[in-house]
Parts: sequence; structure tokens; C-alpha cells
Amino acid sequence: MATQSSRATARLMLAPSVIMLFVWMIVPLAMTIWFSFRIYRLLSPDRTGWAGIRNYTWFFNSPDFWLGISNTLLLVGGVLAITIIFGVLIALLIDQPVWGQGPLRILVISPFFVMPPVAASIWKNLFMHPQNGLLASAAQGLGMEPILFLQSYPLGSIIFITSWEWLPFATLILLTALQSLSSEQLEAAEMDGASALSRFRFITLPHMTRAITVVILIQTIFLLSIFGEIFTTTQGGPGSASTTLPYMIYKQALIAKDIGRAAAGGIIAVILANIVAVFLMRSMGKHLDT
Amino acid sequence: MARAVTPRRKLFFTLAAWTVALLIFFPVFWTILTSFKTEASAVATPPQLFTADWTLQNYSDVWARSDYPRFFLNSVIISIGSTLLGLMIAIPAAWSMAFVPGKKTKDLLMWMLSTKMMPAAAVLIPMYLIFQKTGLFDTRIGLVLALMLMNLPVIIWMLYTYFKEIPGEILEAARMDGASLKNEVLYILTPMAVPGIASTMLLNIILAWNEAFWTITLTTVNAAPLSAFIASFSAPQGLFYAKLSAASTMAIAPILIMGWFGQKQLVRGLTFGAVK
Amino acid sequence: MGKIVLKQVRKSFGDVHVIPSVDLTIENGEFVVFVGPSGCGKSTLLRLIAGLEDTSSGTIEIDGKDATMLPPAKRGLAMVFQSYALYPHMTVRKNIMFPLKMAGMDPEAATKKADAAAKVLNLTNYMERKPGQLSGGQRQRVAIGRAIVREPAAFLFDEPLSNLDAALRGNMRLEITELHQTLKTTMIYVTHDQVEAMTMADKIVVLQAGNIEQVGSPLELYNHPANAFVAGFIGSPRMNLLEGADAAAVGAKTIGVRPEHLEISTTAGQWKGTVAVAELLGSDTFLHVNVEGHGTMTVRGGGDVNLRHGDTVYLTPQAGKTHRFGQDGKALV
Repeated sequence: MATQSSRATARLMLAPSVIMLFVWMIVPLAMTIWFSFRIYRLLSPDRTGWAGIRNYTWFFNSPDFWLGISNTLLLVGGVLAITIIFGVLIALLIDQPVWGQGPLRILVISPFFVMPPVAASIWKNLFMHPQNGLLASAAQGLGMEPILFLQSYPLGSIIFITSWEWLPFATLILLTALQSLSSEQLEAAEMDGASALSRFRFITLPHMTRAITVVILIQTIFLLSIFGEIFTTTQGGPGSASTTLPYMIYKQALIAKDIGRAAAGGIIAVILANIVAVFLMRSMGKHLDT
Repeated sequence: MARAVTPRRKLFFTLAAWTVALLIFFPVFWTILTSFKTEASAVATPPQLFTADWTLQNYSDVWARSDYPRFFLNSVIISIGSTLLGLMIAIPAAWSMAFVPGKKTKDLLMWMLSTKMMPAAAVLIPMYLIFQKTGLFDTRIGLVLALMLMNLPVIIWMLYTYFKEIPGEILEAARMDGASLKNEVLYILTPMAVPGIASTMLLNIILAWNEAFWTITLTTVNAAPLSAFIASFSAPQGLFYAKLSAASTMAIAPILIMGWFGQKQLVRGLTFGAVK
Repeated sequence: MGKIVLKQVRKSFGDVHVIPSVDLTIENGEFVVFVGPSGCGKSTLLRLIAGLEDTSSGTIEIDGKDATMLPPAKRGLAMVFQSYALYPHMTVRKNIMFPLKMAGMDPEAATKKADAAAKVLNLTNYMERKPGQLSGGQRQRVAIGRAIVREPAAFLFDEPLSNLDAALRGNMRLEITELHQTLKTTMIYVTHDQVEAMTMADKIVVLQAGNIEQVGSPLELYNHPANAFVAGFIGSPRMNLLEGADAAAVGAKTIGVRPEHLEISTTAGQWKGTVAVAELLGSDTFLHVNVEGHGTMTVRGGGDVNLRHGDTVYLTPQAGKTHRFGQDGKALV
């Protein structure tokens, strides 16, 4: 449904978004590429010049690097797995005939409105704190040793906190998808003799594929650059146990104040993000066709 | 399903659902509760759900210690400003993609989303320098721009999926009725898409309000919003719990209340085309 | 005024030539129906006239002026869409007034005009309702009302009745025909339903694969189909098309006999067959007869035909009612 003039208009109306996003992406990226080949240390401003690929090799040789990458992937994968599995279960539960569906939804959606640093600080101080945290008290009440969540299981704790933040988002999208499933389909399957489990497996789950795809796509975008949660809770520690690639770059930039290295790390992160992006878009794109 | 639901079954699911919901909500509830306790009862062992010494002291302490109204105002201006500006740029773009789709439309959309995948930390220094050089550092307009651009792909995507549900024939009818493009968007598309636009607005106000990387790194004092306010209450030791809770409550309450009231609206549009 | 002339109009989407080349003249005041099977390009042709699509080449003239490059709004045409395309957020009155508002008419005059149109269309009691609260037929009338108030050079209808149930469709058919007789404005009407074409049109344009197969009045098409395709498409039930020795005997590749032009006998006739299904409509009886060597033939008999499944019948074409078609499908004269 289009004429040449409407196509021309369309391009004109797209232009501001495309140009602005392009500039927003390309200028910092170009500068980062430039810095990544330079010697650029805020602590020794006199030393300048070309660094060649030394900034990159430093990153690749750093023991934290591969840990950072695997932590990043674990964080994204872990949160995705938790939010989708529990999201589906909770959506199924809320979709049942229950009293007070409205208030229920309000309660479930609430964590989504909580600012990440606040969420992290609530969990860190009010719940996971080894002396005063509610979980420590609960453990003591049961006569057990308090678990040192952020010390013993730093990455796991961060995954948990982040999952709590994103669970509402996943649940709501999945719930909306669930509610759009026609009951006739389920009734037909029931007539065909399908058990509750196989109705879920063969009717409900396929119906939710699109929704799950959307959840994966959106959450990945946000999770790849998770920062506040780590900064507030573990600062990447203990040691480097919960350091992700973005956090490692941040440490290089603002703690070691080595802009060249941070930039090199940034470029690596961008490449990694693009690999994930291409992988995602390829496998997700077909589900999003409309 | 049209089948009769036995009360027992309904009771069971109600109990289960409420248990899960309360568990999910509990951390928020506990924070709000703690904010009204004295520091001593906040860390009492065993923890007390209700104490005798309710107090508003924490709020007045936090209020006195920092300039809350300024942080709050900055948050409001930045989140609403970036959302409105984003909508103004995104509505035409989403119109184009939804109603004059080309072969590359989907690729374009995916490219837009991929710009969001660039880790913020990777471009922190360039961004910092750019903001310094252009005089946007620590200004509201700077943050409005940054957050607008950061969320623009999501805005466009949401609107796009929403616009796609509007039958193209209706816009064609408007064209046949003599409407110019401006009138078509103004009188037909926008009113029809009000629920979608409202939902997009809500989501983006939330995302902008809760953004805590650029809002902290690109501001110092003047433009700092509530994310910076809460960052200044970091790492408290034991006796600081109640005040931290009060500050946290103050930081999240506005958006929490807005979210509760807008919940229905938000959920309706929050599908990203996931529901056909 | 509403004379529309298409000259060598072509439309391609990429490599697909939806309309290879069309020449057509639509006279002022004519009711023209574009008919053809789905995908024949009839809707595309209408949208080209409307200006909702660009022509790949060729020209479209409206009232003697070249309108090929004009945007839809400037062509002075009005269109009724298959889905009605009412503005869901506006009341019926606002819907009908919208074109006038866009034309810059002052609200008072526009209201008056909308109310007048509503009166003609029996919508007066529904003016404050939203489209969602109307029945299919009422929505259809609102869509027509919106078109009428523009006082267009021509009305374009894109399968406007296909979303209505059978009874309503019959009523709306009459209403649109009456409307045409009152307004005497050019109407171009797209449908895949040959009954609508036959009953409403002054002139029928039969399309297939983007080509015009035949243009003519309904009876011309019925009595003198230019080719086997038109013969098969116009008339209900379909014309029986037979090949083989019977056709060769009259020097044709294919011969066609309409169901209403076959004599039924239980004793003797040209073709012998067995009744497979007898559809009793009361006024008529449609027999589906398995004829040896020709497959199923359809025959229309009177309501009193007393034949059932399995009965043997003999069929004979009425004299002079057999159509002959050559190797290329074209009618032989």
C-alpha cells in the first residue's frame, strides 16, 4: 500500500531517528576505536602516543578477561532462564481463576518500578547482609549459620537480584500472551484427549513462543550492560569473582584510569555484543515476523 | 474456559497466587516498613514486623541531609522530557515502518535495537568528553537527550508493533477523504493509537526514571536526579538501615505510585508484538 | 462529472506484472463493476484509480485531466472499503463529517450536510454512536455516507458487501443500486461475486490475471461471452463446458451450455447420465448429473422435477443456446 510519494515521505519521517541514532552510535564508537590504539592514562598524562595493539593484548592476557566474559554470559543466561521459567509458571498461576487478579498484578509488577541501585541496595543491606540481613536472621532462627551471599556466591546473588527486577516484565508479557490464547483451542485439544501437560506442551507453549522471543530479546539488550547491580553489591568482587566485561572496563576507566585499555575493552565488548546481537536477531527474527 | 470452577479449586489457586505475589513484593514492602522504624528496631534481632516506636524521623533526616526536591524535580524533568521528545521523533518513524514497510524495515528495526546493545561502560569516556565539550555535561537538556536516544529504539519498536495493528485501510480512507499526511497522523493515527502511545510513555518514563548509569556519570550537582540521590546513600553500616530505607522509598515512591495507577494501561501495550 | 479513462495502465510489483496493460473508458454516470476471481488485479486496478498505488506506466484521466500523478485526496473520488475503514474513535456524525472538515468546510454547514446524508441512509438515530456499536449493515451505510458528502466525481467500492451476511448483502445491493439511480454519479464497484456484477452493473469488466477479458452490459456478457473464461465466470450455476467429440462435431474445441438451457428427459436425449445430487430450492431444482464421457454437468429444472440420486436422465441442449469456443478459448461466431 504505497505510492512513490508516500515512500519518499516515509523516508523523510524516518530520517531524524536514523540519523540521530547513527550519530549517537558512531561518534563515541569512533572515539573509542581511536583511544583503544593510544596510550592514554589519566594518572600519567605526559605519556602519550600510539600503543599499537598493546591495549588489546593486555585485555586478552588479563586473567580476568575470560572470567569477565563467562560471567557476562552466565549473568545474561542465568537471568533469562530464571525469569522465563518462573515467568511462565507465575503467568500460568495468575491466569487461573483467582480472587483479586488486579491487586495481584500490582504486587507482581512492583519490582519493575524499583530503580536498579535501590533494588541492589535493598537486597544487599536489608536481606543479604551477613549480620543484619533478614535472611541471616532467618537462618539464625532456624539454627543455621548465616549464608554469606555476596561473599560466597557473588555472581549467583547478582543473578538472583537481577532476576527479581526483571521477573515482572517477563511475567506480564507472558501473561498477556497467555490470555490471548483462545480457549477453543484448548477445548479442542481436550476433546482430542490431550492431558493437561500435553495441552501445555503442544498448545500453550507454542502459542507463547513469540512472547518468549520478545522477552529474550529485550532482556538481553538490557542485561548485557548491567552495571548498577554489580557496582552497588559486590563491586566485582570478591577478587574478580563477579566481574563482568562491562564492569572490568569500568574499573580500567575509573579506577585504573587507563582510558586506552578501557577503550580497547570497550571495543571488545562491542564486538561481543554484536556477536550476541547477530546471533539473537538471526534466531529470533523469524519468530518476530508479522 | 467456560467450565464451572469449583470454589475449592479457586481457593487453592488464589492462595498459591497470593503467596507468590506477596513473596515477590515483600522486599519493597519490607523497605517501606523499615523506613518508618527507628534505627535500633530496624536491625533488631529477631527482626520485627511491627514495632511500637513508629517514626517519621528518618524522612526528616534524609530531607535535611540532601536537597531532595531538586533531585526529584530533575528526575521528573528528565524522564518526562526524554519521553516526550522521544515520542515526537519516534511516532513519524514508527508510522513509516508500520505503514510504508520496505524490504529493509525489519533490518532497520533490528539495527536500531542493536545500538542499545553497546555496553555503556565501553563508551563512557568518549561520552563524558563529548558532553564536556558540548557543554551538555551536568545539564538537564544533556540528560534528556542522552536518555531519549538511549530509549528511542524501544519507543520506536513499541509504537511500531502497536501501529501495525491499525488497519492500513483506515489511513487510506483518510487519504481518500482528503486528509494530508499531517492530518492523517494527527486526527486518525494518533487518536487511534492512544492506548499504545500511553503505554509507551509509561514504560519510557519508568526506564528513564530508573536509569542509573548515565544519570550518575554525566551529572554532578545541577542535573543530578534521584538515581544520584540514592547513590549518595551508599554502603551504610548497621545503624543506618532505617534512613537508607527512607531514602530508597523516597526514590522509588513516585514511580511506584505512577506505575500502580498506570498498571492496566502499561500492561495493555507492553507486548512488543508478542500477542497477535 | 466523472468520466475516467485509463490508457495503457500497467502495474508491477517488482517482477510481478499484476496488470500488464489496461485500456478502459468509464463514462460519466455509469455503474461499472470490475469482476474476476481473487488475485485477478481488480482491486489493484481500483486502487490505481484511487491513487493509493502508483501506476508503473500509462495514464489515468479523470474528467479529461491527467490525474496519474495526483495524490488520492486531490482526485475528487470517494472510496468505500471492504472493512468499511470507519474511524473507530469518532462518532458516526464525526465520521461522515471528516471529509468536509478536511476540505475546510465550516462546521455548521458540514453538520447540516452530514445530517442530510444520514437521513438518506437511515442513520439519523445513530449519529452519536461510535462505529463499534453499530451492526455490519449500519457500518456499511456510514462508510457510504462518508463517501456521499464529498460529492465525488466517482464512487469507488472495494468489495463492500463481502463482510455482510447473505440477507443483508441482498438489501445493500438494492440500496447501492438505488443510490446510483438517485445520484447518477459514476460508480466503480469491485467484486468477485458475479451475482453482484449482474444485478448492479451498467457495464461489467471481467478481469483475469490483470487482463480485461471482456467489457459489456450484463446481458451481453451472459448471451455472448467473448471466451470460455467469461462464459464460465458469468452465470450461476456455472455454464457446462464440454470438450471432445461433441465439440468437434460443431467445429469447436469447447462447447458450453448453461444449466438453464438443458432439457431434461427421463426417456431420450443427447446425453445420458445419472443424477448424483438433486438440490431442491422449491422454485428450481439443480441437478448434478454424471454424464458418461463428460463428468458432472449441472442442469436447472423447475421446482416440480421429481428426480433423485441414482435416477437416469437424458439431457439435450436447447436449440441455438450452445456456445462454441475455439482452440484459443475465444468464442466462434
